Amino acid sequence: MSKFAFDHTAERYPDVFELRYRDRVGDEWAVVNSAALPTVASHLKNDPHLEFRLFLSLDAVDRLLLPDNKPRYEVVYFLYSLKRNEAVRMKCRTDDPDPQLPSITAIFQGANWFERFVWDFYGIRFLGHPNLRRILMYEEFQGHPLRKDYPLRGRQPLVPERPIQDIFRGPGTNSML
Amino acid sequence: MAEPLPPQSAEPYDPNPPESELEARLPAKRMVLNLGPSHPAMHGTVRMKVELEGETIVRADPEIGFLHRGFQKSCENVTWTQCLPYTDRLNYVSALMNNFGFLSAVEKLIGIDIPERAKYIRVIGSELHRIADHLTCVGAIGLELGGFTAFLYGIEARELIIDRTTELTGARLTTSFGRVGGLDRDLPEGWTEKVLKTLDKIAILAGEVDALLTRNRIFVDRMKGTGVITAIDAMDFGFTGPCLRACGVNYDVRKAHPYWVYDQLNFDVPLGENGDNFDRYLMRIEEIKQSERMIRQAFQQIPEGPVIVGDWRIALPPKPEVYGTIEGAMAHFKLIMEGIQVPAGELYHSTEAANGELGWYLVSDGGGRPYKVHVRAPGFAILSGIERMVEGRMLADLIPTFDTINMIGGEVEQ
Repeated sequence: MSKFAFDHTAERYPDVFELRYRDRVGDEWAVVNSAALPTVASHLKNDPHLEFRLFLSLDAVDRLLLPDNKPRYEVVYFLYSLKRNEAVRMKCRTDDPDPQLPSITAIFQGANWFERFVWDFYGIRFLGHPNLRRILMYEEFQGHPLRKDYPLRGRQPLVPERPIQDIFRGPGTNSML
Repeated sequence: MAEPLPPQSAEPYDPNPPESELEARLPAKRMVLNLGPSHPAMHGTVRMKVELEGETIVRADPEIGFLHRGFQKSCENVTWTQCLPYTDRLNYVSALMNNFGFLSAVEKLIGIDIPERAKYIRVIGSELHRIADHLTCVGAIGLELGGFTAFLYGIEARELIIDRTTELTGARLTTSFGRVGGLDRDLPEGWTEKVLKTLDKIAILAGEVDALLTRNRIFVDRMKGTGVITAIDAMDFGFTGPCLRACGVNYDVRKAHPYWVYDQLNFDVPLGENGDNFDRYLMRIEEIKQSERMIRQAFQQIPEGPVIVGDWRIALPPKPEVYGTIEGAMAHFKLIMEGIQVPAGELYHSTEAANGELGWYLVSDGGGRPYKVHVRAPGFAILSGIERMVEGRMLADLIPTFDTINMIGGEVEQ
């Protein structure tokens, strides 16, 4: 699965893959050099032999408690090609402090929300993302809950209600302007 | 004698005369409208911040997270089997598909194959719930566009499916059905005949919905040409399921990578061409018919046999063994206390849920608990593309667009 795609990419751009391996189930994986991620993504998407145009998913893993935990974070990418009828699985690694990766939102618009999710829950910053805000948690939340060192029952104090500018409270109230 | 008319002005007619001092000045500014989070037209609890210029949407910013329950964090702290009830709550309209999708990902990660009979029962359950999901969606579209009757027919049919689900699993919506390695129980007695009768009834009711809506002038006017997205954009945003197929892209996990016994069933994948709301609606109407076809075939082909693997490291031993033998008691105790020992590894596996590809990225560290459970909820990717579908359109078009993408709060907000 997707061996051809990686071979094709490696032929065109040598040194973009740090590691290639096959997982226990038999699927091919590639660890992409994080600086080369946008190049690889746009090659996979636009090359006429590959056409991995369907953006499937993106998420991160905090490897803190795994035996091999350097570098600490791994972001996984899944793309699908209707032409080749297969998915490509690749990952990028980044480490504390200030984990960051280049954003692929400019290549796949679908990555926008998924990258916001990863920022929200793992605190990995995506450089070049147009709108890197929290997506499920609220802005005042401290920390990143899916990191392995965030406690399961971590409780945070209630935040005061945010003031709303320019609110229209109905006809007759003089607050429209 | 009437006075002669004043001579005509030589200046041509100006449709936009310059504002005079006598006319009242109206403040012309963009209005920000908050739709939701609790709005009758918003499924679940999602808030849309819509910037309007007159009635035209300039910007639409969905704000999600009101239903966030920490799905992934919860899963990482319980055993693989205990994750199952959390998966019900992802898509509460078609819970069986989430249960079975998660279980088949875990089975693939362990590397076991489940008995043939269990595969057929999973297909039957999934397709029944696909019908339920589509009927709810189609009924709700009718409801929110002012046709309450269609909703009642849809819900009546869905209620029949929920009754069958109750007989099969013991729960109406939160089924928690199936176990790693197969299913926890076989079909109840007489269930097959009941389902076949139910399917006849559903065909009639779905036909009523179809007849009420598909050629209804008001309905078609509001659906056709609204919420359009091109195939290129749809793939870019990660649309899957009926929403992607409405753009004419032929991608269905059941055909592309057949799992369970989908390769032995004869069914068609409907394709649209315009990528608008009406096509997405038609996809669902057609998929109801195809699912019915699949269930009937599955009942004809289903073999006799066990419904769960006999490996006591994965499946609980039968109760006489637990209470009668020391091996059974030990296996039971270890499974309950320590959970299934899934070998270390990682995997991405996907199944076709009602709204699109339901993908799972699982990481195991070799213990009884998942290290990472990523769920690729189809609605998450689709909702992120809604801005593209409504910007520059009328506010009224937002409602059918929001209906046809069928966003489910549970899976989007995890």
